[in-house]
Amino acid sequence: MKDFVFIFRQPSYDYSNSSAEEIAAINKKWNDWIGGIAAQGKFKSHGARLEVPGKVLKPGGVVTDGPFVEIRERLGGFIVVTADSLDEATTLAHGCPALEADGSVEIRPVFA
Amino acid sequence: MVAVISKRFGLQHIEIAEDIVSETFLLATENWKTKGVPANPAAWLYTVAKQKTLSYFRRNKIFEDKVIPEINRKQEQQDNTDEFSFSQQNIKDSQLQMLFAICTPAIASEAQIGLALRILCGFGIDEIAEAFLSNKETINKRLFRAKEKLRTEQIQLSFPAENEIIKRLDNVLHIIYLLFSEGYYSKTQNQILRKDLCIEALRLGVMLTEYDRTNLPKTNALIALMCFHSSRFDARQSGEGELILYEQQDEELWNRELISQGIHFLNLSAAGEELSTYHLEARIAYCHCTKEDTTEKWEEILQLYNQLLMISYSPAAALNRTFALYKANGAEPALPEAEKLKLEDNHFYFVLLGELYSDIDKSKAIACFERAKALAKTPAEQQLIQLKIERLH
Repeated sequence: MKDFVFIFRQPSYDYSNSSAEEIAAINKKWNDWIGGIAAQGKFKSHGARLEVPGKVLKPGGVVTDGPFVEIRERLGGFIVVTADSLDEATTLAHGCPALEADGSVEIRPVFA
Repeated sequence: MVAVISKRFGLQHIEIAEDIVSETFLLATENWKTKGVPANPAAWLYTVAKQKTLSYFRRNKIFEDKVIPEINRKQEQQDNTDEFSFSQQNIKDSQLQMLFAICTPAIASEAQIGLALRILCGFGIDEIAEAFLSNKETINKRLFRAKEKLRTEQIQLSFPAENEIIKRLDNVLHIIYLLFSEGYYSKTQNQILRKDLCIEALRLGVMLTEYDRTNLPKTNALIALMCFHSSRFDARQSGEGELILYEQQDEELWNRELISQGIHFLNLSAAGEELSTYHLEARIAYCHCTKEDTTEKWEEILQLYNQLLMISYSPAAALNRTFALYKANGAEPALPEAEKLKLEDNHFYFVLLGELYSDIDKSKAIACFERAKALAKTPAEQQLIQLKIERLH
């Protein structure tokens, strides 16, 4: 078994107008999906969940504010899972709610 | 009694302590038969045990060579006077310290439960053997090895250091929970014995709440969990000793008092930051205390299982989580999730798959139940599965 990091990226989206029900529905999707990985005994740990606002520092001391309109996909967060191979880890990533939101999951082995 | 004597004279004399206690009880049965039961039987027993203990250690050179220097050293440390008493407080202290001593990582957990049952709960070897579905020799050997270990590792009957308590407490709670589960799920048909195991586990748990250092939110969460489970003890067994599934249980037989006790401890467990598996399991057990079959209830249970599995995986939790997913989200999304579990040697896995296929593909459902039946361990379980198959035909 090896550790793999799932890195979630999603298009920037302004959630400030979303209703509590919409937010709850999104949370449920994520919890059910991660719960499914945990039910296979393959969930290792949570990475930090990232809030939307932030800043970006570029060469020459250029600082830009979020919400990162110029970045097509912003980093949403990450989790660590265990799997036998990169292929198996990629199979686990299927069904990730980030995909429904037109985002992506990057699957990277942890350097052992 | 064993705990108090061991505390006073050291854990290395635990077998002598056990002998003295059984001698005391033997003497009591002989004595009380002829002279009648004394006005205060407990005090009588304690007085005799104390005399026997003191005379034993005086009689033996051990007393001068080993015990006295040991006691002197202890007294210098603790500054308590000749405190060999069976006062309520000392009994409680000794039992709690014994519990922590038993739960040393040096001993295997099965032996820890055995020792707890023998020394703290006063169970006989044959009762312990029955609870473990084992024989007396195996249990005797296991306990003997564990006691040897206590001696060779020179485990002290005292509270571990402050930071050790926190670490050790997890193990203590785990052992209490195993003790409880042993009673709750045990295959033995002896109902009284099983109930006794559960009651003792609850007693040890409550004992931990009487000390600030062990009265943590997770301690209360564990007690709440045990209360909620215990509340269904009478409802889940028929008069003939058959297991009654949750859906068919008579709510009237659920013990309301234990449920409200559970709620009390669950509220106490809500303090602090830590979310332990006991918190989540207690809340799941509480959800099951209302029998209404609503989507909201199953949604809550599903999310609690999601959280539980992220902290700690177990096949049982994975199966229960998938059942909750089925109840909350429906059979269709639950089916692929169930297929992924791959618990091919677990009959509950095939029962779950059979349930999920029942409305989608009858022949597949029957095939799953047939596999479950082949894997089931007891005739009672096979019978329940057979009923499910017949219902589909």
